[in-house]
Amino acid sequence: MAWLGHFNYWVVVILMMIGFYAVIARGNMVKKIMGLNLFQTSVFIMFISAGKIIGGSTPVLREGITVYSNPLPHVLILTAIVVGVATTAVGLALAVRILEAYGTIEEDELVDPPDQPADESHPGMPAGKGDTAA
Amino acid sequence: MNIGEWLPFSVLVPLIAAPVCALMPGRTGPWLLAFLGALTSLLIVAIALPVLWQGELSYPFGNWPPPIGIEYRIDAANGLVALLVAAVATFVLPWARIINNFEVPERQGIFYALFLLAFAGLMGITLTGDAFNVFVFLEISSLSTYALIAHGWDRRALLASFRYLIMGTVGATFVLIGIGFLYMMTGTLNMADLAERLPEVRDTTAVRAALAFIIVGLGLKLALFPLHLWLPNAYAYAPNFITVFLAATATKVALYVMLRFIFTIFGHDYSFFALPLTAVLLALAIAGMFAGSWVAMFQHNLKRMLAYSSVAQVGYMVLGIALATSAGLAAGLLHLFNHALMKGALFMALGTVFWRVGSVRIDDLSGIGREMPWTMTAFALAGLSLIGVPLTAGFVSKWYLIIAAMEAGQPWLVALIVITSLMAIYYIWRVVEAAWFTPAREARTPVSEAPLSLLVPLYVVVAANFWFGIDTRLSVGGAEAAARALLGGSP
Repeated sequence: MAWLGHFNYWVVVILMMIGFYAVIARGNMVKKIMGLNLFQTSVFIMFISAGKIIGGSTPVLREGITVYSNPLPHVLILTAIVVGVATTAVGLALAVRILEAYGTIEEDELVDPPDQPADESHPGMPAGKGDTAA
Repeated sequence: MNIGEWLPFSVLVPLIAAPVCALMPGRTGPWLLAFLGALTSLLIVAIALPVLWQGELSYPFGNWPPPIGIEYRIDAANGLVALLVAAVATFVLPWARIINNFEVPERQGIFYALFLLAFAGLMGITLTGDAFNVFVFLEISSLSTYALIAHGWDRRALLASFRYLIMGTVGATFVLIGIGFLYMMTGTLNMADLAERLPEVRDTTAVRAALAFIIVGLGLKLALFPLHLWLPNAYAYAPNFITVFLAATATKVALYVMLRFIFTIFGHDYSFFALPLTAVLLALAIAGMFAGSWVAMFQHNLKRMLAYSSVAQVGYMVLGIALATSAGLAAGLLHLFNHALMKGALFMALGTVFWRVGSVRIDDLSGIGREMPWTMTAFALAGLSLIGVPLTAGFVSKWYLIIAAMEAGQPWLVALIVITSLMAIYYIWRVVEAAWFTPAREARTPVSEAPLSLLVPLYVVVAANFWFGIDTRLSVGGAEAAARALLGGSP
């Protein structure tokens, strides 16, 4: 049962593929962001798994403990989690703005005639910011 | 204090100025702060540059000696890129003030704060000597870039920004996976230390996978064909100032990081043998050169046309690198520098036109050359540089690229470079023809020439295209020093 020894990494691969599939295959933007989140989280698990030392304690200096887990991946992933949260926040904020501007967040329903200016009725007029975007 | 201790401030000043900027009301204050932040970075890097040509500078943060602490390690390669980023920001901001008052009239404090963050992120990616730090700064600059693109006046800017966010995050996560593999195999994140320790474990699958993940991840960020899909719309619908800044810096910085990983960390003798990098990069570069130029020829939206042309130009840079010779690397870096100048000038000219006309569609711009002669002349001059006419910066980089291809024994590449340059003539000519040789559309209100406050910064950048076409001490000298630094083993 050697493959069970790499249980964490199997989970990482499976989660990553589920997330990646959702990013590619789903048309709904919120689902895409969830997929992206799953994709990132699987990488976090990979880092944390690599930092674990069998028999190692939490990396806090104590009496009578000689083997500690590696704290560096934890610190790195703390940073990466912040990045992930920020990405999700920006992505969701954009989804809200897209909903306001288009009335939908389904990719198939977003229609903009390619290469047509959204303000064709006023050619030559400086298009103000408020003309099309909410 | 020596200059090495000042260098971190070229990242820290814009980073600290950003939250201050976000709190400032009005328009002049945030703009001035952004300009001063960029100017400070430029001065620091410019003063340090002569030192960097001789050797490298290192700054350990918090006085933790590397490889324990995070280190900034700057040599000729990142010195050149940092100079480029800071110079572009400094010279475009005076032009951007009027443009932004028109395109982003409200909440400019936030807008300039985001710009400062993006700028600080790009500077940080360039200067850092720590692999994980690269990822953090990559995300700082990317996240603020997504928000900046969404400031575009057209609602399609939101979609472009969202797609860029998805692709950019996937790319950055790929880089993170690669860095994770490297850390697992070596136990270090410091670039110089990685370069020392990797040879012991280089023949493992994990290291090969790390290289592959990092190259694909960065390929997304630098818009290497066919991973460029986010770029045309992001450039086309972003506010013009952001388009100029991104076109001139963002893909360049990503390319630099890729070079740092390929040449310094993995070592070119490993990178080009562990994976068939020469074949892959060469094929993608050529495909990008042709596909980008081809699609550019049929675009109606001129910003989009220039964006596709950027995909083609990234192809030239990667072409030089794929040759894996020192001449090819220098040519790629030289084109990296020169392309920032020409695309910066072209997008600035288009932004000026947009400010007057409110459109960058080629049909709306017929006859514009007679109404805005100075602006369109600037466009045409920068276009000459893009095509590669002698006495312009574009000629110099294509010349070096052709020489590098000949030296590498691949003369057929010369024909491809010439053919794609002919395609560039066609798409620049379309604009010239519409601007001067077609009657103005009646529906369009006639416009007048842009004021001097827009024309002067525009012509400064156009003049740089000619300056670096004649006096190549900084560009060619810098690129060759950078190539030496990248090929000379550890950073």
